[in-house]
Amino acid sequence: MELELTEEQAFFQQTTRKFLTAECPLATVRSLETDPSGFSPDYWKRGAELGWTSLLVPEADGGGSLSEHGLLDLVLVAEEMGRLVSPGPLVPVSVVASALADGGTAEQRAAVLPGLVSGETVAAWCGPDPIDASAAADGFTLSGVASTVEAGAQAQHLLVGARVDDGVVQVIVPADTPGVTVTPLGGLDLVRRFADVSFDGVAVPASAVVGDPGATADAIERQLQIAIVLQCAETVGATDRVFEMTLEYLGDRYSFGRPLSSYQALKHRVADDKVWLEACHAIASGAARAVATRADNAAELVSAAKAWISPHATELMQDCVQLHGGIGVTWEHDLHLYLRRATVDRLTYGTPEDHAERIATQLLGGAS
Amino acid sequence: MTADTEPVEDFRRRARTWLADNMPPSADDADARFDDGRRDVERVLQRKLWDGGFAGICFPAEYGGLGLSMDHQRAFTEESLPYDMPFSMNVPTLGILAATLVDFGTHEQKLRHLPAILKGDELWVQFLSEPSGGSDLAGCLTRADRDGDVFILNGSKIWSSAAFASDYAMCLARTNWDVPKHRGLTMLILKIHQPGIQVEQIRQVDGSMEFCQEFFDDVAIPVADVVGDIDDGWTVATRLLVHERNAVGGGSQYTSGRSTGHDSSRHDDTLVNMVRESGRAGNAHARQLVAEAHIRQLVAGQLILRITQAMTTGAMAPPAGSVLKLFSATNVMRRYEIGLELAGQGGAAWPADRETPAQRLGELTLWRQGLSLGGGSNEIQRNIISERLLGMPREFAADRDVPYRDVRRGAPPAKG
Repeated sequence: MELELTEEQAFFQQTTRKFLTAECPLATVRSLETDPSGFSPDYWKRGAELGWTSLLVPEADGGGSLSEHGLLDLVLVAEEMGRLVSPGPLVPVSVVASALADGGTAEQRAAVLPGLVSGETVAAWCGPDPIDASAAADGFTLSGVASTVEAGAQAQHLLVGARVDDGVVQVIVPADTPGVTVTPLGGLDLVRRFADVSFDGVAVPASAVVGDPGATADAIERQLQIAIVLQCAETVGATDRVFEMTLEYLGDRYSFGRPLSSYQALKHRVADDKVWLEACHAIASGAARAVATRADNAAELVSAAKAWISPHATELMQDCVQLHGGIGVTWEHDLHLYLRRATVDRLTYGTPEDHAERIATQLLGGAS
Repeated sequence: MTADTEPVEDFRRRARTWLADNMPPSADDADARFDDGRRDVERVLQRKLWDGGFAGICFPAEYGGLGLSMDHQRAFTEESLPYDMPFSMNVPTLGILAATLVDFGTHEQKLRHLPAILKGDELWVQFLSEPSGGSDLAGCLTRADRDGDVFILNGSKIWSSAAFASDYAMCLARTNWDVPKHRGLTMLILKIHQPGIQVEQIRQVDGSMEFCQEFFDDVAIPVADVVGDIDDGWTVATRLLVHERNAVGGGSQYTSGRSTGHDSSRHDDTLVNMVRESGRAGNAHARQLVAEAHIRQLVAGQLILRITQAMTTGAMAPPAGSVLKLFSATNVMRRYEIGLELAGQGGAAWPADRETPAQRLGELTLWRQGLSLGGGSNEIQRNIISERLLGMPREFAADRDVPYRDVRRGAPPAKG
């Protein structure tokens, strides 16, 4: 994505690519289709050893980044994972780790971060929309359902927003707390798992509140931004790889005695796809830099990235399916693994239309 | 640049102060109706930049420029946004012709012309396209026949911007008919207003008269005015086209301020105001359209940053400029289409006594394909991207490796 990497970043990118290519090739991804978790714990721990889960966590908490901005290091992982449609809860773990690193109490950090950093445990983020809560003795009682929670059934910790009388708070809750019911969902991606998480009168102590309640809205906004930046990087990585595969295929495949790549009708479509791909790279990088540096226009660029990349990436991939011909709609060919991932990315953490509406709100004010 | 180059932020602060003290505020309609009066205003503005020491930020110091980096230029452009600037100097004079002169001009040519350009004394234009040529630029029929120390020019060029109001042109002409088409061309510096050259303005769909056709009748051009090598004009033309794509796509280091008077953020403001004033601020469809227009502008900005940076560092080859050009052209198509949809019937009929935003959006649609045609059509950009950037096979060309005098042409071959 970024055309200029530091030496450390380039090395980290290569290490991640080598690891994924060796340990989790597409055949392995396919074999995990029936695995309830979609990834093996050992794979995730080894990824964590490479640094995947450390980059948004300060050194004092056992983390550390390569460059000044850990998020810019982390997007390299997301992009590589996109190139191989890799499994693993990178987005939810990163979002929760970052939320605790930014606002967690010493106890919360000590209880949760070491496990996330080592890859021993997984955390899930129940999304930007809060569920209901009522005040109780020394804490709250949570009620409601968080739907389509990534890695909800694999997580030991849940970060959830709760609407209380005087606003919204976020709480970090052990997944085995009485009253929490996790219902795994089926889904389009072969290895990415989602679940509905139901909170039925779940008692949580006040000590579970993450961050200053007055800053919760900003914290949730930042979590959403980090999720979108990683999701966009993954989508762009996947799209880049599909484009490469298609270009190669068009050169190798002959019809009427000449390579498909020699037909102008196809060349022109590939050129349009290349322009879209570069635009996807560009806005993904711009959004990542803005979020990493906490720039004023971070929210705007993040939503522009999501609103632009998602529909263009999936359309570009569908065009690549078309350029492949019939083989492109077979189970045997790998294209559908990418199309699944890009489509899931398009529809989660807000649709492109939702993010366009965020831009519209910035320009025109609220809809009502 | 040397170790004692002024830091970008210092330069920015100095520019900010200077701009506030010297340049007039940006005029709302600078782009709306361009005329000769406006052109004279711009020559004066360019002279102000020169006198203030802010002209030609990325041009070599040896030829009147400042010899600074693209970061300096970008900082200056950002600071210049609230002010009126000589926008039309950017394209084609600075971003295309002066840029090509930097690359291929002789020392004497650069000394003679670059400072004059940076002072606003010389406006330049390119004479490339021909009435018979379309996208086949190298199939040039305008001829320059050597006669001692001069070439004698005969033929016709078309689609040159504002040649009637410009001073010099780079003119591509055939100097050798016995070699394949790309190898018999020469690029010449041509003084436009002289005996033997007739310039006619062409009326465009929006009523403007910017584009011209020129007719040459035995015009003598000194051999010293050849740019690059004799019979190697295609190399110069190719570079000129790279500069053109960069300048039009928004990625040139040689342009200063917005590349035209048309400010795309103002286009977004127009849409926002129109939707508000027509009571559609809560309409979900209108909101999606306004957002899409703005998102496209944001994506375009990031793409310009990415591609220009990549071409500066060499991470991408010069044909990557076609990515910018094609994106800009198709982006404009969609943004104008959004404008038309939001304008509604106000884009079809308007109050006779005043100009409305909806009227402007209606009129813009007539010119929508302009950027998709000028500077190499979208189809040509797609050829360049697929062939030169992605390495796909070249199109079949019936005139490859054939002496040009033997190539079949639609128009009757010139005497020779």
